[in-house]
Amino acid sequence: MAATTRTVTDLSSTTKDGVGASPRRPDGTLKVTGEFAYSSDMWMEDMLWGATLRSPHPHARILGIDITEALKVPGVQAVLTHEDVPGTKRYGLEHQDQPVLAFDKVRYKGESVAIVAADHPETARRAMERIKVDYEVLAPVSDSRRAALDPDYPLVHDKGELPEHPEFNQSGNRLRYQPIRTGSFVDVAGSKEGQEKTLERLRAEADAVVATEYEVGMQDQAFLGPESGMAVPAEDGGVDLYVATQWLHVDQKQIAPALGLPQDKVRLTLAGVGGAFGAREDLSMQIHACMLALHTGKPVKFVYNREESFYGHVHRHPAKMRYEHGAKADGTLLYATLEIIVDGGAYASATPAVVGVASSLGIGPYEVPNVLVDAYGVYTTNPPCGAMRGFGAVQACFGYESQMDKLAEKLGMHPVDLRVKNAMAQGSRIITGQEIDMPLPMAEMLERCRDLPMPVERTELEDPTDQRTLPGGVAGTTRGEGVVRGVGYGVGLKNLCFSEGFDDYSTARVRLEVVNGEPVVLVHTAAAEVGQGLVTVKGQIARTELGVEKVVIAPSDTQVGSAGSSSASRQSYMTGGAVRTACASVRAEVFELARRKGLVPAGVEDTGLALDGGKLVSATDGVLVSLADLLGESAQGGEVVEHTREYHHRPTEMIDPDLGQGDSHNQFGMCVHRAVVDVDVELGLVKVVALDAVQDVGKILHPQQLAGQIQGGSAQGLGLALMEEIQVKDSEIRNPSFTDYLIPTILDTPPMRIDVLERPDPHAPYGLRGAGEPPTLSSTPAIVAAVRDATRRPLTHAPVRPEDIVGIDL
Amino acid sequence: MEFLRPSTLVEALEARSAHPDGVPIMGGTDVMVALNFDKSRPPALIDLTRVPELTEWGTDSDHTRLGAGVPYTKVIEHLSGAAPALAKASRSVASPQIRNRGTVGGNLGGASPAGESHPPLLATDAEIEVASVRGTRRVKARDFYLSLRKTALAEDELITAILLPRATGPQQFAKIGTRNAMVIAVTSFSLALDTDNRKVGTGVGSAGPTPLRAETAEEFLEAEFDWEDGRPLAESVVRRFGDLVAAAARPIDDQRGSADYRKHALSVMARRALSWSVTDYRKESSRCA
Repeated sequence: MAATTRTVTDLSSTTKDGVGASPRRPDGTLKVTGEFAYSSDMWMEDMLWGATLRSPHPHARILGIDITEALKVPGVQAVLTHEDVPGTKRYGLEHQDQPVLAFDKVRYKGESVAIVAADHPETARRAMERIKVDYEVLAPVSDSRRAALDPDYPLVHDKGELPEHPEFNQSGNRLRYQPIRTGSFVDVAGSKEGQEKTLERLRAEADAVVATEYEVGMQDQAFLGPESGMAVPAEDGGVDLYVATQWLHVDQKQIAPALGLPQDKVRLTLAGVGGAFGAREDLSMQIHACMLALHTGKPVKFVYNREESFYGHVHRHPAKMRYEHGAKADGTLLYATLEIIVDGGAYASATPAVVGVASSLGIGPYEVPNVLVDAYGVYTTNPPCGAMRGFGAVQACFGYESQMDKLAEKLGMHPVDLRVKNAMAQGSRIITGQEIDMPLPMAEMLERCRDLPMPVERTELEDPTDQRTLPGGVAGTTRGEGVVRGVGYGVGLKNLCFSEGFDDYSTARVRLEVVNGEPVVLVHTAAAEVGQGLVTVKGQIARTELGVEKVVIAPSDTQVGSAGSSSASRQSYMTGGAVRTACASVRAEVFELARRKGLVPAGVEDTGLALDGGKLVSATDGVLVSLADLLGESAQGGEVVEHTREYHHRPTEMIDPDLGQGDSHNQFGMCVHRAVVDVDVELGLVKVVALDAVQDVGKILHPQQLAGQIQGGSAQGLGLALMEEIQVKDSEIRNPSFTDYLIPTILDTPPMRIDVLERPDPHAPYGLRGAGEPPTLSSTPAIVAAVRDATRRPLTHAPVRPEDIVGIDL
Repeated sequence: MEFLRPSTLVEALEARSAHPDGVPIMGGTDVMVALNFDKSRPPALIDLTRVPELTEWGTDSDHTRLGAGVPYTKVIEHLSGAAPALAKASRSVASPQIRNRGTVGGNLGGASPAGESHPPLLATDAEIEVASVRGTRRVKARDFYLSLRKTALAEDELITAILLPRATGPQQFAKIGTRNAMVIAVTSFSLALDTDNRKVGTGVGSAGPTPLRAETAEEFLEAEFDWEDGRPLAESVVRRFGDLVAAAARPIDDQRGSADYRKHALSVMARRALSWSVTDYRKESSRCA
């Protein structure tokens, strides 16, 4: 008989701290008391310190590297360059285009050129100063629009430079170009003239047309724990790497070939991760630490400093967007066009996938009969960009939501009414033709958000002159002068789990046994706990599925199959699904065992059995046997029931390269935000007064952690709306520090009213929907809309700068 | 690197004299950042945290004498009456942890044009007490800042105290940052009215290579202000004062803001500080009456 799978409505259990409860995180106390060991805290007696020499130029030829003097520094054990890479010299997530250590050319400022191992970090730094690199400086290739559209713009990667990828870089600096055409634009696809004529006709039919250019700046993930880890050489010639990452197996897959080792000789264990948000999807110090460890025969530890960290990981793609929308007088959308260029920087990282999301979700959750999208991801010599929470959907959401507001104003409609008028719902098709085959109560969510209670007016505050309630805060720039309140809305659509034909799966090993007279479950996966709380959720699922209170979570490592990445809001869905599936197999075997022992009355099917409170129970006959009695003490030869299972979500496909059609996504998530702001319109400073959200999560697994995800995602979106931008000028970062790269403080983060809907997705475990990303999409446009409402300025750049609010050109 | 730990002022001055290349360290909120980022490698650090004379403060009829090593937290707690502008500025410094460590003396030693202390010290015509084995002298804040991060401090001298004149009228401080706390000034402004001497003081931060005064604006307001009754000023006068403050600034475009924005923001802050001062002045005079 097949293992039973519980339905969404059948989670009642007497076992506490299961799905739907808010148990404490197993690592929570350690983190709060400062005792949790993050990857940068690791220490071994005989370890060496690694350091990285980085390029001071964004674009230059390397004419020579002389390490002679560096090797003479006492305490230095190794100085390695590209010549010392034992295996393949390049790696990458999607394209293997990034050198382990630069050779021939450097393509961004901060690129790794040489690595040093020494007995002290200061010794390593002194050695690095003595490495002589002879550069021929080249002009930066910094303009993403030219990179996308100008065939004469200098190439970042020369054609034919990567012989193993003959298809690679045949279109200049374009990494991916993705068009999407629907409605009247299908028949004229590929014809500039035809498209223009169609557009002219649609414009003539429209009662209101809005066309605007928008920009989204380069946001940083701003995790607090810098890139760090330790590589320990092993006796078998392999290496054990302890590292803070998002996906152990994809690291392993990239590290092993570079070291010239088989995969099983490169073993990874997750070290304490201090935040991720996408920035740990790409490798940083992994291969370097392993190379130095294998070379010196000693453990090697790397910890990037904060400035180095800004060069050591990818950022959110900055985007340039041109939108045009046309609508009838009643608000019905007639057509939409979008040109979006995302700047991938020097190396591909996740850029092609980001283009896939930015294009397919480029018009947002709106019914539009005629759509033309041209999406480009390009190479430049700017800092490399890749994954960050929201992944291409964030940039587009700022654009299409700004357009909705502009259109509503032009039509004299309330911004919520215009959105409701064109809202998608279950059964709608997004612009790729994919049907949304799960609940999408968008119109209801918008109405609910509008109906949430408003914060009190400034005049009703206990002390309206309290600086903490005013824009500018404790710096005392206003006592109320120039302060105007504004309200804005935002809604975003995000794909959840991996898209575009990727076989997305996770693996879980679950073991049930009796220890000291008590049933205990061990859950082992390779999934990265990056702060999101998966470590709690895995235990909750095991408790609910196996009715056992005591669950031990094994450290995540490569001794079990891949869990996929802790990204794309996918781990509750995928690793949660894997744990649940493995638990079902364990449960089925327990039932079978009980039957063999004659403990299950005749005629009772598996569907009438359950594990609850450490016992096998029957719906008709009550408690049949305790697990302790059924299995017996494992140390004394009792039964140990263990299963390892993979969980795959349903297949997806690439969208086609000409019209952009196809079922590329697995699941859709949505959040709606309403922002209320007070703006000092004379100084251009903003205080967000309220940031309220309505989100449909299908099923709440852990209410407290869910609230944390929504609050955190909203705050990260607030940062992008008002302050977070890596400023890049001539391909150089101007603010590589937390002194000048500002993220919101508690004084910038308002109270948040959160209204959660649970409309189950029939395709997903428990009906759940990934919850981490959607709030990051919608909070940014909601806040900017509120600032526009207060200032009546166009505000086409995120983040909004004080200059934009007071009308000073930049 | 040598690490010197004098426990008296005399020892500290001797250490300073013996190590002119050394860097004095008190709260460490600037010095340690530079060390950690490998931006500075001084041959010696002179740790002043054990020198008791530096952490004292007291008020007499004319002045408040603030030890150079008194942290901002204490300035906020104890001097909001005696030195209102400096206390307001101190409140806007960084985070509680940094305010527990950072000091006005350290701010002066680093002499960053963005330092929060400087505009109030300029506006209130404070004096800096500096000492060496050669003796002690006083330098007016208005003569202290020479060029970018260069001050009138000689290489064998330590900053020992700040002498803050008794506040005889309203004092303001405001600072622009692109978030609502824990931010380096994009630009800042301080205004002090000296009722006894009918003098106006200003200080401008982050708008030039050094902290600045807007002297033309000061003279203009001294002439226009109604020192008798503090009657509200004509809108044109307030606006002119703002323009003159902005005109005194010599800002640059950088990652924290544009030069044009800094000038604009200074004019707005100056107008607001003036109107708050008029209100405060009238309140004070009505209390005296």
